[in-house]
Amino acid sequence: MPVGTQGTIKGLTNSQLEDIGCQIILGNTYHLALRPTSELLAEAGGLHKFMNWRRAMLTDSGGFQMVSLLHLADITEKGVTFQSPVDGKPMLLTPEESIQIQNRIGADIIMALDDVVKTTITGPRIEEAMYRTLRWIDRCIEAHGRPHDQNLFGIVQGGLDPVLRDICIKGLVDRNLPGYAIGGLAGGEDKDSFWRVVAQCTGSLPEDKPRYVMGVGYPLDVVVCSALGADMYDCVYPTRTARFGTALVPEGVLKLKQRAMADDTRPIDPTCPCMVCKNYSRAYIHCLVTKDAMGSQLLSYHNLYYMMQLSRDLHSSIVEGRFPKFVCDFLSKMFPEGNVPEWVCNAMEVAGIDISSCCTFSERVCNAKVAGIDISSDCTLSSSCGEHDSDNVSDKYDELKLKLERLRNNEDALRR
Amino acid sequence: MSLSLSSSLSLPLPLPLSNQFTTTPSLAMKFLVKKARGARVGALEIIHGNNNNNNNNIININTPNLIISTCKGLPHFISPDLLSSIPSSILQVSPLHFTAEGVSTNTVSKLGGLHQMLGLNKYCIVAVPRDSVQCIPQFKGATKFGPSFDTPSGRLLVKPKDYVETISCMKPNIWSALADEVPAWVSNKRNKSSVDRTLKWLDECLALNPETGSIFGAIVGGSNLEERKRCTEEVAKRNVSGYWIGGFGLGESMDERPALLSAITDVLPDEKPRMICGLGLPEEILQGIAAGIDLFDSTYIYTLTLGGFALTFPLDKNGDQHNLQPSEIESDSTKINLRATAYRNDTSPILEDCSCYTCKNHTKAYINHLLNVHEMLAQILLEIHNTHHYLMFFEVIRDAIQDGRFEKFRQTFLESRRVPFQAISA
Repeated sequence: MPVGTQGTIKGLTNSQLEDIGCQIILGNTYHLALRPTSELLAEAGGLHKFMNWRRAMLTDSGGFQMVSLLHLADITEKGVTFQSPVDGKPMLLTPEESIQIQNRIGADIIMALDDVVKTTITGPRIEEAMYRTLRWIDRCIEAHGRPHDQNLFGIVQGGLDPVLRDICIKGLVDRNLPGYAIGGLAGGEDKDSFWRVVAQCTGSLPEDKPRYVMGVGYPLDVVVCSALGADMYDCVYPTRTARFGTALVPEGVLKLKQRAMADDTRPIDPTCPCMVCKNYSRAYIHCLVTKDAMGSQLLSYHNLYYMMQLSRDLHSSIVEGRFPKFVCDFLSKMFPEGNVPEWVCNAMEVAGIDISSCCTFSERVCNAKVAGIDISSDCTLSSSCGEHDSDNVSDKYDELKLKLERLRNNEDALRR
Repeated sequence: MSLSLSSSLSLPLPLPLSNQFTTTPSLAMKFLVKKARGARVGALEIIHGNNNNNNNNIININTPNLIISTCKGLPHFISPDLLSSIPSSILQVSPLHFTAEGVSTNTVSKLGGLHQMLGLNKYCIVAVPRDSVQCIPQFKGATKFGPSFDTPSGRLLVKPKDYVETISCMKPNIWSALADEVPAWVSNKRNKSSVDRTLKWLDECLALNPETGSIFGAIVGGSNLEERKRCTEEVAKRNVSGYWIGGFGLGESMDERPALLSAITDVLPDEKPRMICGLGLPEEILQGIAAGIDLFDSTYIYTLTLGGFALTFPLDKNGDQHNLQPSEIESDSTKINLRATAYRNDTSPILEDCSCYTCKNHTKAYINHLLNVHEMLAQILLEIHNTHHYLMFFEVIRDAIQDGRFEKFRQTFLESRRVPFQAISA
């Protein structure tokens, strides 16, 4: 689900979203309630009509933004107290109010207000938040005015504690909701804990209801969570990273701001059939990104196309019974050296998918050592370039090219 | 002044087809124009392709018309897939955008030129250094070696040799020669030197003989009638495919313009197209068309779009502006400012009978919201509507010229405006 915070996916028109095959978008209740206000949206016949979006739509509860955007949010049993960004006065968002606002916005899927805590926090606060989320879900169900038009999803909380997650899941499933979300993740926890929570939740949530992992959207995370049995994702990553000049490609990411791109006449992804890759070179996109609106527009288009294509491929490979092969192909493109992260290997083992064919990391390292070259630093280069300034990157790029060439020569020599 | 002869694009002497029409045949461009004093309609045919083989695209442009201004080859906010919904096939590109961005001409050449790089093979691309948005002519920086421009990456001096080399790599269909554009207030001496330099640079460009596109000779001369005439006469002697008129929109008054424009178009041969830079408002467009100008740049659309404005003036066949939408908040009734709170609840499109993507799909309330929350889609939707509306304005004008009622159209248009232009500019 591409994120359209304020009633628009940044930089794209509805017709473009339809062209790239987007079926559902997400709106942020908090932003929409501030501007243009839920009352105005209701008057216009709901957000669908207001923005003329004919396909599906989901709104979040607004609770997350309050905690993430506002420093002075205080959560009590009544609701979330926060400082109004308009006049600075303290305001209260209760579960009832969140649902009423979402009823007025009129999305097809609405989210219950949950008590969001950082996953990195430990101690009794996690437990408190989980139980409060369960108490609030009843208030949400009670307040829901349009249960026949809008599907209320409950959110599983409980931090990284399997016992708390289990209590939460049981409590929510008892309420027999139309769908369930796995919340409180993608907030800085380590990947190994992240996938374990997803695996635990998908393992005990009902088979016949959709499962939505909130705030997850890196391509690799989407593939892993899908393998674990999750169905829906949302993330600002594809469009946000586009605005900073990064393209999503099967090999990982491509930083178009790098100086090396200025003379690169290839498309962003030669295997991608999207409008941008069919028409434009990296060199041209390079001169647009982070300077002109068109750079954001074209890269957002490509990145969302990439995510939609990934979702379609996941779907069809599962339907056609070739999902394990798809996962292996995906991983071997992203990690051509075979250095698939350990957490992915662990998650795939639990998901029952054999990825040994693309996990040849240890073997490669041995080979490289024989050739007298340390490849471990190179393997991570593509993902860490962004932290350097552009001058360093171009130097590094040349250095890497040289290294690769040497590696190839050595390999040839070894073969002979 | 020596007469430079270019062989690759040499134009045979104009051959009259009939009493009414003359054509300018060339390898890459044909122009058919109805001979008339003042306002005129024409058909520009661009033959786009590598050679004379079958792969050539023919691009037809009716004149008078608008050239869509771009930033690095694409309209500021309209991506290529949306561009196809706009009834236009002529774009203006400033080659300096790429020089300033560090994209080497070598790379552009490797990609096969601007058309390939932009994925726009069905468009006529016009290269003009000045774009009035990012590349502003800077008369103080110009030297006898070349004109100077203020660009986002600093001041840039463009020498004819480098310019022609860039053009050869970019392969536009039409390109203007370099011009030393000076504002209206400069001394006669400076104005005279600007004409001398512009002519010298044109000769240098012609002498370099690039085998690409059709060159339009640049005409300058500021607000001095004599200099304008001298420059035009000299440029008209040279072997060019058309004319690019510069030095307007740089401080001259609306009142002195008709005389300046006539001084130029009276001298120019009828059978070659005339392009102008710096005229934008509807009134200015009408001034230009009345003087016999064929092509206009569209910086005005960009300015409107950035300001949150949408064009709403009636496209009445006779130019009648009495049916302007009632509006109490606008000072100028040709357009509305969608930022205004009055549009917060307005669930109607910008114009009910407009057929553009924006009006077909979105309401004023939605665009007002997008502007309020600083979303890029606001500019996308506004640029689509404004470009579409202005192109329709040109269509209405062409019909009026065709039917021989342009003068009446122009008078009606100007007189029926609720707020006369003089009052605004005063």
